[in-house]
Amino acid sequence: MIRIERLNKSFGKLHVLKDVNLEFENSKVTAIIGPNGSGKTTLIKIILGLMKADSGKILVNNINIKKGVDYKNNIGNMPQIARFPENLRVGELIDMMKDLRSKKNGVDKDLFASFKLDNEINKKLGTLSGGTKQRVNAALAFLFNPDILILDEPTAGLDPISSSALKDKILKEQKKGKTILITSHILSDIEELAENLVFILEGKIIYNGTVKLLIEEKGKSNLERTIASLMESNANEHNA
Amino acid sequence: MNTMLKIIKYELRDVIRSKWILIYFGFLFLITEGMFQFSGSSSKVLLSLLNIVLILIPIITISYGIIYMYSSREFTEMLLAQPIKRKTLFSGLYSGLALPLSIAYLFGIGIPFIYHGVDEVSQFPVLIILMLSGVALTFVFTSLAVLISLSSEDKVKGLGIGIFVWLFMAVVYDGALLFGSYLLSEYPLEKPMIAVTILNPIDLARILLMLKFDISALMGYTGAVFKKFFGGPLGMLLSSGMLMLWIIIPCLIGKRIFVRKDF
Amino acid sequence: MKIIFQINIIILLIITFRHTNLEAKDIIIDKSGAITSIKQALGLCQNGDRLIIKKGYYKERDIEINKSVQITGEDFPVVDAEFKSGLFHIKADDVRIEGLIIKNTAMSFVAEYAGIKIDSAKNCIIKGNKILYNYFGVYIAFGADCKIEDNIIVGRQSKSETTSGNGVHLWYSKNITISNNKISNQRDGIYLEFSQNSAIDNNISENNLRYGLHFMFSHRCVYNGNTFRNNVGGVAVMYTKYIHMYNNKFENNWGPASYGLLLKDITDSEIKYNLFHENSTAIYLENSVRLLIEHNNITDNGWALKIKSNSTDNDFVNNNFINNTFDVATGSKRNYVTFRKNYWSKYSGYDLNRDGYGDVPYKPVGLFSAIVENNSPAMILLRSLFIQILEVAEKIVPSITPVDLEDESPLMRSVR
Repeated sequence: MIRIERLNKSFGKLHVLKDVNLEFENSKVTAIIGPNGSGKTTLIKIILGLMKADSGKILVNNINIKKGVDYKNNIGNMPQIARFPENLRVGELIDMMKDLRSKKNGVDKDLFASFKLDNEINKKLGTLSGGTKQRVNAALAFLFNPDILILDEPTAGLDPISSSALKDKILKEQKKGKTILITSHILSDIEELAENLVFILEGKIIYNGTVKLLIEEKGKSNLERTIASLMESNANEHNA
Repeated sequence: MNTMLKIIKYELRDVIRSKWILIYFGFLFLITEGMFQFSGSSSKVLLSLLNIVLILIPIITISYGIIYMYSSREFTEMLLAQPIKRKTLFSGLYSGLALPLSIAYLFGIGIPFIYHGVDEVSQFPVLIILMLSGVALTFVFTSLAVLISLSSEDKVKGLGIGIFVWLFMAVVYDGALLFGSYLLSEYPLEKPMIAVTILNPIDLARILLMLKFDISALMGYTGAVFKKFFGGPLGMLLSSGMLMLWIIIPCLIGKRIFVRKDF
Repeated sequence: MKIIFQINIIILLIITFRHTNLEAKDIIIDKSGAITSIKQALGLCQNGDRLIIKKGYYKERDIEINKSVQITGEDFPVVDAEFKSGLFHIKADDVRIEGLIIKNTAMSFVAEYAGIKIDSAKNCIIKGNKILYNYFGVYIAFGADCKIEDNIIVGRQSKSETTSGNGVHLWYSKNITISNNKISNQRDGIYLEFSQNSAIDNNISENNLRYGLHFMFSHRCVYNGNTFRNNVGGVAVMYTKYIHMYNNKFENNWGPASYGLLLKDITDSEIKYNLFHENSTAIYLENSVRLLIEHNNITDNGWALKIKSNSTDNDFVNNNFINNTFDVATGSKRNYVTFRKNYWSKYSGYDLNRDGYGDVPYKPVGLFSAIVENNSPAMILLRSLFIQILEVAEKIVPSITPVDLEDESPLMRSVR
């Protein structure tokens, strides 16, 4: 579970996150969407500790993230761009992660099997194709069976087979009671995976609720049209 | 095993296998071996290596360091999402860069000396000083590379600054020194010259090496003053202390930036 | 009775004297024999006698030789002055001293205590001795036609020039030959003052406190085939003319004020076929006039040549200048010396007409050399990248070189 209270972040004069309050519950897949520059990446980076908030607090499993780095043992992260040290082998990268993390929840190698990564274990990361790198990237996020998964554009760059294997895995983990955050531009994925949706625009939370409710509220046929109308109405508000 | 050592372990494995480090090692090895073949005497090899150390190490280290820091940016971010303290990660990154470069240097010039040996026992300390000052310069310019790459988000700009810093220390500084000494040639300049050269790590390393090579005999009175100063305990302390400062200060500033930075 | 006896002895002595006058005799000096000291033997001998010293340890001093005798040691007997005075003092012609170990004469500021001192004598030969730890080794004053050969002369380990004498010292002497000696740890290895027409051949003079060989006002001498190594200065030639310097090696004379060959007020001399290797300065010329410097190898020195502007009419021909940090340093813009057909390892010109000579002149005084000459602290920039760039720039644009001095026909390949 992640709770965010009155979170603010500015880059110089640019106010990127404005008093954000959010809660990501267990057993839920929450999609965070918003146009480029809306602040969703910043939000994720602050949760991961890559950036520091100006004010507000974040609790991960009821522990304030300012208290230390140990909370990251509970988080599996799949960054959007996977660039690994070119001269390490896949196996060595896994060993490295194992060395660096506590293994209190054991090791989950499901995705290595379904992605057929076992054959690649002795290859150097620099020689892998983009798709393979992305599969390694996804598999690493799930490797330590973390309570919380943060997946940034998880299906981008994956072939259809891997993509559906990943989605199966996400749903499986959700059912186990995990807190899962996804950002994606592929709205069909979100419809398929996410129960909750957070829509961020210019640093403010425009919508925070279930996907179903939002579609019903706007009376559209699918998520894509719903989001489109949401953005339009906000644009009009802005102009008015 | 402590986390920093773990990071260093994997960083080392990565960087040591990098083709640039291998090329760097191979180049130093071939040059040293080649000089042994052509000149035949270890004293000449040592003297020629002086140029290599003073010119090559700074430029290679600073440019490789900067490029490496930028290209490992995403992986650094990935590691930051792991339960690792930033300070620890920084130390790991720094050592993972400085150590392979130092190792490539030490082995590159060291291996030919292992089987060719030195002509006279007295050259042994010269070789040691040559190795130590090379490693010191590697650490100095790794510190600068890390600092520069953390200070600028733009890779091209960072590399540009790095090359400028090198150019300044290796060339412009000495040019200015020459010009200054020309303008003030009526005054006794030996002592101010010591102060000025001690501020520049490349000059400092060069003077220390030249004194070891006994080139100070060519410098007449100036050489005698320098030899007296740098040969004494105060000079040794001050010059090695100054090199340490050149390693530590940029490294600490870089660490401070790294710890506070938004990735 | 008493008177008769005395007369008898006198007669006996006269007979003996006559006898030795007719044919030379051998006198044996032996610790366990009848005659146990050299002085004793010298009292008994006559001109032409041979004194044979058996192996042993002879503590003597101030041995004056007034007769033309040969003193020969068997298995190197030791003659020790115990640092109290001088040893052999030759005042007669045709004296020969051979096969001795002559050691430990005293240091003095008033007397020139020497292992062997030859005073106003001719045709003496000092050969195959070990002359060790003396103030002066061999000292010849007003001597002529003497030979100093095959000796090993080692001075005392002394730190200062003033408490050490010279290995071989010539004072107002002429026609002296000094050859095949090995001299070290003296002040000057060999020193000549007001001495002329002498030859110094095939000696090794090394580790001396000052010069390996030193001429002062000593004209018409030749030195050939010697090695001068690890001295503060290899050879110094001062206030002297007509010196021929051939086939010598000047090596490792290295230090802040060191030279391979130091020339000061010298005229009409020749320097040929020598090797100058790893000296701080190979050749230093001050007020040196009409010298021919030809066919020398000048390699790996700090400076190959330092030429003061009062040196004129010197001709440098067919020399090899290889790997010197600086080729030539000179204090002034104009110089009255010529360089022809030398090989310079730093020369990077081309030879389009293939005549073996570069088509562009070589300027041996580099920009940095000129800068340093006027601004010596700038020397600390030696071997810096800035200076190396300056030197490359100088090769591309030779006009930035400030001194006019040039070799108009530099060789493309080294001589020999």
